Amino acid sequence: MAVIAHDPSLPTQTHAEVTRDVIKTITDKPTTGYYILAGSMALLTLVLFGTLGALLKYGLGLAGYAPPIMWSIYITTFVFWIGIGHAGTLISAILFLFRSPWRTAVYRSTEAMTVFAVMTAALFPIIHIGRQWLFYWLIPYPNQRFLWPNFKSPLMWDVFAVSTYLTVSSTFLMIGLVPDVAAIRDHVSGWRKKLYAALSLGWTGADSQWRHYSRAYLYLAALCTPLVLSVHSVVSWDFAMSIVPGWHGTIFAPYFVAGAIYSGIGMVLTLVIPLRKVLKLDHMITEYHFDNLAKLTLFTGSILFYAYGMEYFIAWYSGSTFEQTTFWRRAFGPNWWAGWSMIICNAFVSQLLWFPKIRKNITSLFVISIFINIGMWFERYVIFVGSLANDYIPYAWGQINPTWADWCILAGSFGWFGLWFTLFYKNFPIVAIQEVKEMIPMPRRKAHGGAH
Amino acid sequence: MAKAVAGVLAQFDHIDGACDAIRELKAGGQKDLTVYTAAANHEIEAAIGDPVSPVRLFTLIGGLTGCAAGFGMTIWMSLDWPVLVGGKPIAPIPPYVVLGFELTILIGALSTVVGLVVLAMMQAPRGRPYSPRFSDDRIGIFVPCGADRAPSVEALFRQHGSVEVTRDA
Repeated sequence: MAVIAHDPSLPTQTHAEVTRDVIKTITDKPTTGYYILAGSMALLTLVLFGTLGALLKYGLGLAGYAPPIMWSIYITTFVFWIGIGHAGTLISAILFLFRSPWRTAVYRSTEAMTVFAVMTAALFPIIHIGRQWLFYWLIPYPNQRFLWPNFKSPLMWDVFAVSTYLTVSSTFLMIGLVPDVAAIRDHVSGWRKKLYAALSLGWTGADSQWRHYSRAYLYLAALCTPLVLSVHSVVSWDFAMSIVPGWHGTIFAPYFVAGAIYSGIGMVLTLVIPLRKVLKLDHMITEYHFDNLAKLTLFTGSILFYAYGMEYFIAWYSGSTFEQTTFWRRAFGPNWWAGWSMIICNAFVSQLLWFPKIRKNITSLFVISIFINIGMWFERYVIFVGSLANDYIPYAWGQINPTWADWCILAGSFGWFGLWFTLFYKNFPIVAIQEVKEMIPMPRRKAHGGAH
Repeated sequence: MAKAVAGVLAQFDHIDGACDAIRELKAGGQKDLTVYTAAANHEIEAAIGDPVSPVRLFTLIGGLTGCAAGFGMTIWMSLDWPVLVGGKPIAPIPPYVVLGFELTILIGALSTVVGLVVLAMMQAPRGRPYSPRFSDDRIGIFVPCGADRAPSVEALFRQHGSVEVTRDA
């Protein structure tokens, strides 16, 4: 008897089971563990805003800002969080255009991660500018003297790129949520029914709605695709457009985009691996999905490996003493520990994923994802702080001295991100109900020979 | 509250039965019908045979407006307060491509959403019956018709395997 293997990209549940299992994650009473997690995140968020209040009152002197390193922990953390967002858009938009079937189970959690990561990142330039209450000067508004921002500056490009990214990715997340919220509305009662009825915007799943919705979603995905590639390119040009050794490289845009996606997938793994256990979604987010995420990690990690090697090669090949010194000091200077953390966590640890045994082991993937998160923060630290520390004149060289304000803002940013994500997964479907259903062939009365 | 529309509502468990019913209704000249599904479905789309959504026009017009706004804003603002730096042009194009691109995406995306909302609201199935099963696992087809045509529509639905047929007065 012939055995027909189940296509691992197709869900094994029926439509009704998908609705029931996902809605259960919302309607089940939160556990004590959930309250402890949400409480800890709220506490860290308080630390963030408490420290921000202190910075507002006393100024950036509280942070470890000292010449020549005027872009330190805050800018490092800004780029770290912006990068985290990129994997979400890659999975939700780019893989949607490629019709990649494995994205459906994980795309909602990654898209939510994107929005919350960009919300976190957007705090940092505002914290960093010092006079935070004047942040609106960055926006071209008709002021009293009709002074306009300098649009030749990459920092202005960044303002537009990041605010566009936040707006478009939030819109993409919310549009995707509408049919799922309507499904919840139809299966809950009491205050929840009222809340989800308001949020579903009158969605009924009528053909006239799907007709416009499917097209609009496609175009939004098509717009998000170049956007995600542009945002981290623009962020990289904040550095590459200057003449600081270690920054002024043409490789920066693709190098940053690959790094961003790599770090984002690391965070996806860190969040989704425990989440599927807690929400009992093991049957929906399976080893198959993690295997694909691991392959994507390996691919982007290998690009990073190449980029790291190429940076060192070009520093040597350029014959520029300044470039050579910068890269020598990255590996053997006072911050050697950061330089090697970056290379080991990103370039080498990712190569372990060539082995299927490691790639298919969820515990090892989780451990690797933690290394990726740490490694990618250090990558930005090494690039920004390390390069500023060794400018052209040895007389002006200096070292960073982070203070409690730096560490509190960094830790608080994890709380702010974690709080939003924790509230989201308990109140909204963390698996896209309608997209998973789209993958499940509907029952037929007659045998069906053709493809769906 | 919209006035209730009279007609027949059928529920289907099977996609082929629902598609056959839609095709037969269409072949019989029924233009106005509403089909409910829990997820987008290409077979149903093909059976209904509606033209491609005009939401793409909103995307195109929004994108072009954003592109023009991005370049227009940067060039006009540079010329409005000209500052000569390093002998470079007052309003150079290469750096402004970034802003032109970002505003193309921003306005293009926002106008796509506006298009979706406007078109979906204009064609919303107001006053038509709905069942929570349609967001779960069933396909719903509603045909607006008077009491005289209702028995034939009910028979058509039953013939194609509808699991539940109700008449809404």
